Amino acid sequence: MLNKEDIKFEKITAKNLPKETLISPGHRACQGCGEILAMGMVMKAAGPNTIVANATGCMEIVTSPYPETAWRVPWLHVAFENAGAVASGIEAAVQVLHRKNKLKEKPNIIAFAGDGATADIGLQSLSGALERGHDFLYVCLDNEAYMNTGIQRSSSTPYGAMTTTSPPGIKSKGQYTWKKNVAMIAAAHNIPYVATASPAYYLDLMNKVRKALAVDGPAYIQIYSPCPTGWRSKPEQSITLAKLAVQTGAFPLYEVENGRFKITQKTKELKPIKEYLQLQRRFRHLADDDIAYIQERVQDEFERLKALAGLDA
Amino acid sequence: MGKRIGTEVSLAVAEAVKMAKVDVVSAYPITPQTHIVEELSQIVADGHLDAAFIPVESEHSAMSAAVGAAATGARVYTATSSQGLALMHEILFIASSLRLPMVMTVANRALSGPISIWNDHADIMAERDIGWVQLFVENGQEALDLTIAAFKIAEDKRVLLPVCVNMDGFILTHMIEPVELPDQELVDKFLPAFEPALKLDPQNPVTMGPVGVPEIYTEAKKQWEQALIHSKPVVEEVLNEWADIFGRKYNLIEKNGPEQAETVFVTMGSLGETLMSAVEELNEQGENVGQVRIRLWRPFPKEEFKQAIQGVKKLIVIDRALSPGAVNGPVASEIKTLLYELDDKPEVVNIIAGLGGRDVTRSDFKAMLEKAQKGELKDDYTIWGVRSHAK
Ligand SMILES: Cc1ncc(C[n+]2csc(CCOP(=O)(O)OP(=O)(O)O)c2C)c(N)n1
Ligand code: SF4
Repeated sequence: MLNKEDIKFEKITAKNLPKETLISPGHRACQGCGEILAMGMVMKAAGPNTIVANATGCMEIVTSPYPETAWRVPWLHVAFENAGAVASGIEAAVQVLHRKNKLKEKPNIIAFAGDGATADIGLQSLSGALERGHDFLYVCLDNEAYMNTGIQRSSSTPYGAMTTTSPPGIKSKGQYTWKKNVAMIAAAHNIPYVATASPAYYLDLMNKVRKALAVDGPAYIQIYSPCPTGWRSKPEQSITLAKLAVQTGAFPLYEVENGRFKITQKTKELKPIKEYLQLQRRFRHLADDDIAYIQERVQDEFERLKALAGLDA
Repeated sequence: MGKRIGTEVSLAVAEAVKMAKVDVVSAYPITPQTHIVEELSQIVADGHLDAAFIPVESEHSAMSAAVGAAATGARVYTATSSQGLALMHEILFIASSLRLPMVMTVANRALSGPISIWNDHADIMAERDIGWVQLFVENGQEALDLTIAAFKIAEDKRVLLPVCVNMDGFILTHMIEPVELPDQELVDKFLPAFEPALKLDPQNPVTMGPVGVPEIYTEAKKQWEQALIHSKPVVEEVLNEWADIFGRKYNLIEKNGPEQAETVFVTMGSLGETLMSAVEELNEQGENVGQVRIRLWRPFPKEEFKQAIQGVKKLIVIDRALSPGAVNGPVASEIKTLLYELDDKPEVVNIIAGLGGRDVTRSDFKAMLEKAQKGELKDDYTIWGVRSHAK
């Protein structure tokens, strides 16, 4: 297994930010879209020697309507639930063709998929790819619902959120299950690198990508991606929301290197979850006791994460 | 010339894949395909083939990984059957519409339910319109030969489509037969290294699998259809080249029996071999009966088929798949459509036989002929050999 010291990469700082944009402007994402922002950052960190496999979803749709393309790297879209398997095939081909001298330099291989494509329908293909140990990075762009098909709930939708298939009503509070923790599921595969990231902490995000690409074997990064369209939030508040999600503990930032947990964005005390929830109309229907329940559960999960990271344990 | 050995047909297919020097095999086990992929994984493990063997977690992923690998410029092989093929369904269309060459053996098997591991053609008939070149083989030698030839067809710049080689489960896959292994040198000459037309290459980035807006979708589909239709002469050319080098000639449509047969049986797959001996016996008994075997199922060789049945009075079309609620079985429907335009059409009767591994014997063929001659078969289709308590 790999040691932390073995991971070598050029750290990105505010001074040496890569200038090249590999996803061109003019794509069709909504204003304030967190997914496209995150994806652009990932690509900056990865650089042009990269092959991308993209699952069906918002990011595939907004970047590829023929005859236009926003991609400046080789890019392949196959279907909704198979980015993990498609990337497995790309990786296997790269390894063999390199060994046979038909390919000079090995490219980075990155799979992008939404939370629906990752946490639900594509979980099996992701798990298979992680278990087999393919050397690639899987990025889940987590906007907490199926946005491309019109804001339906996924198993990554947070408790209480209103979506078109988890509507609040007399008999419903909205989404009735707690957010599925795919980063933990990925970590349970004992892969070399797992992280959560947020476009609000862009240097952290990019350096996590660099680390993930430097390890030998699969890496998984889940990136919190505000979606003004689906969350009924203001486009100009996407970064504020991304920050608040971290500061309230709704989406804590951590990494798992060879099984060792580390919280990468330290928060002395979590801000009240209400500050985060009230900026999004998807939570507008929640009553105070619902918010109190969420607050309790977020706190609880955060303590468990701290324990895993060896803090206060 | 090559080496003659006795081997299980599945192992011969694995040997063919090895001789084709594939780069990537991605596969998931399902009876009766298992022996092929087990053997291949052993061949790779023993270092006899420099390839990646991806033991995926499902057939859906087997086909998805195959697509990823082919798009990256690798020569790719997979094999499946029945439920596995059905699970691949979604991705099969994508493989062909992305114009990615690859070869897949389908060890034909019935679809559930009830669950059945035995042979019929229901699996591939549900995948008729996937835009792949589809071949049916009859025996071990043909399975081996056409597996190698399939790569050449798939990779031809005029084709660039995936090819599936259908072989009857158990009846062929698990049979031990004498086969001639071609010389590797000649195979290399016949099948040079794969040079992809386009690949995922950071030096020359391309976008593959974009959104097809309504303005271009029809055009994309038309190109897809044309690619498949235009593969027919290439299939012929490749099979002729095979005959030149290896001395075994395969036609798109195979004809057997008297030149002016009055009644002709039409089959696909291994049934043709049983039928051959039945036809021989029937001819000896004075029956003017012949047979036609369809080797290339997609694209359907229309002209060759019409040529083969010229002057025939009656066609007995055997389907090994049921198409509930349809007018006929899939093969008979195809043939009737084709014959519609002819002034001098033969009568067509359709028999659904050999479902889920039910044996179809020489005496069955004789009984079919008899019933057909007496006019006892129905206009649409007859399910052959149904046991019933009803008197
Ligand atoms: C097998 C299959 N089922 C359903 C769909 C329809 N579909 C396309 S994208 C999508 C939702 C995507 O959601 P997510 O993965 O969260 O990505 P987002 O659009 O939110 O970025 C769905 C349900 C599909 N393409 N394929
Ligand atoms: S719907 Fe949401 S995720 Fe999709 S493009 Fe718009 S903002 Fe981005």
